Amino acid sequence: MDDRRLELIIGNLLRAGVLLAAAVVLIGGVLYLAGHNGDRIGYRQFSPGGPAIQSVAGILQSASHLDSEGLIQLGLLLLIATPVARVALAVVGFTLERDRLYAVVSLIVLAILTFSLLHAM
Amino acid sequence: MTALVFTFVVLALSAVAGFLGSLTGLGGGVIIVPALALALGVDIKYAIGASLVSVIATSSGAAAAYVREGFSNIRIGMLLEIATTLGAVVGAILAAHVTTHVIAIVFGLVLVQAAYQSLFKAEHETGLVVESDALGTRLRLGGDYPVDGKRETYGVRNVPAGFGLMFGAGTLSGLLGIGSGALKVIAMDRAMKIPFKVSTTTSNFMIGVTAAASAGVYLSRGYIDPRVAMPVMLGVLAGAFLGTKVLVHARVSTLRIVFGVVVLALALEMIVNGFIGRI
Repeated sequence: MDDRRLELIIGNLLRAGVLLAAAVVLIGGVLYLAGHNGDRIGYRQFSPGGPAIQSVAGILQSASHLDSEGLIQLGLLLLIATPVARVALAVVGFTLERDRLYAVVSLIVLAILTFSLLHAM
Repeated sequence: MTALVFTFVVLALSAVAGFLGSLTGLGGGVIIVPALALALGVDIKYAIGASLVSVIATSSGAAAAYVREGFSNIRIGMLLEIATTLGAVVGAILAAHVTTHVIAIVFGLVLVQAAYQSLFKAEHETGLVVESDALGTRLRLGGDYPVDGKRETYGVRNVPAGFGLMFGAGTLSGLLGIGSGALKVIAMDRAMKIPFKVSTTTSNFMIGVTAAASAGVYLSRGYIDPRVAMPVMLGVLAGAFLGTKVLVHARVSTLRIVFGVVVLALALEMIVNGFIGRI
C-alpha cells in the first residue's frame, strides 16, 4: 500500500461521511421547519442553547427522541468526526507501511483533536 | 423574521458563498461570516460557529477529488497539522475571551488580505526546488507531482518557518471560524518552497482537520447553533459542489475581480462596524 492508495481510500470514506452527515442534517432541518416555520427568530444576542445541543451526551439523547435540533446536531457531530476519522486512518495506514515517524506524527494530531473534543464531552 | 424565511435566506446566501468560495479557491467562510453578521444581524459567535462547520464539509467532501489529481502530499499535511491544530485550539479558546468588536476587526483585516489576493495575485510558480534541506530530508517531506503528463520531484525547505506560519493560520482559523487556506498556502508555497499546486491541494486537505480542532471548543460553548448551522452547511455544500462542476467553463479572471471587490467592501464594513461597536 502506498501513500496515494491510502489517501484515495481515506478520501472516498470522507466523502461518504459528509453525505451521511448532510442527510441527517437535512432530515433534522425538514423536521425543524415543519414544527417551527412560523417562529419569530433573531440571533442578535448570543445565548448558549443548553446541554441538549452543546454536549455529545445531550445531543445523542435529544437525537434519540427524534428532536429536530438534536438530529441536526447529530449530523454536525458526524461531520466533525470525518477529519478525525481521516487522522485515525492515517495512523493505521502509516503503521501498516511501517512508517514509524509518520505514525507518531499522526498520533500527535489525533491527541490534539481528542483534547479539543473532550471539551464537548 | 420567521424561522422559515431565515432558513431560506441563509440557505441562498450560503449557496452563493460556497459557489464563489470554490471557484476562487478562497473558501466559503470568508463571505458567509460577514454576510450573516452584516446582512442579517446574526451575532458573530453564531456566524463563526456555522462557518466552521461548513469549512469541514467542503474540505472533507473535496478530499477524494484532490487525491485523484495526485497533487496533495499527506506527509507535509500531517506534519503541519500538528501546528495548525494546536493553533486552532488556542484560537477557539481566545474567541471566548476577546470581545466581538475585536473579532470583527481582525476578520476585516483577514478579508483585506483575501481581497488583495483575489484582485492582484494570479497563480505564480516559484522556481522548482528539487533538493530538500537537511530537516526536509530527514522528515522525508519531498515528493513528486504531475507536470505535463510526467511526474516531477520537488524538495521541501524551511520547515520551522512553515511550522510557525501554520500555527498562526490555525489560530486565525479557530478565532474566526474560517479555513484560512490563503495563509496555509503562503506558508507552504512561499516559506517552504513547495510547488503552488501541491500547496493549494494539501492546504484544502488540512483545512478540515484544523477546523475539527476548534469544533469541540465551539460546540461546548454553544457557538454551533443547529438553527443557524443547518442552512449554512447545506447551502455551502451545495454551492461548492456546483462550483466544482462549472470550474472548467467559468471565466475565472472576471470572477476574481468581482469577488475581490465584494470581499473588500465586506472588509471595510466589518472593520468600521467593529470600531463603532455595532458588531
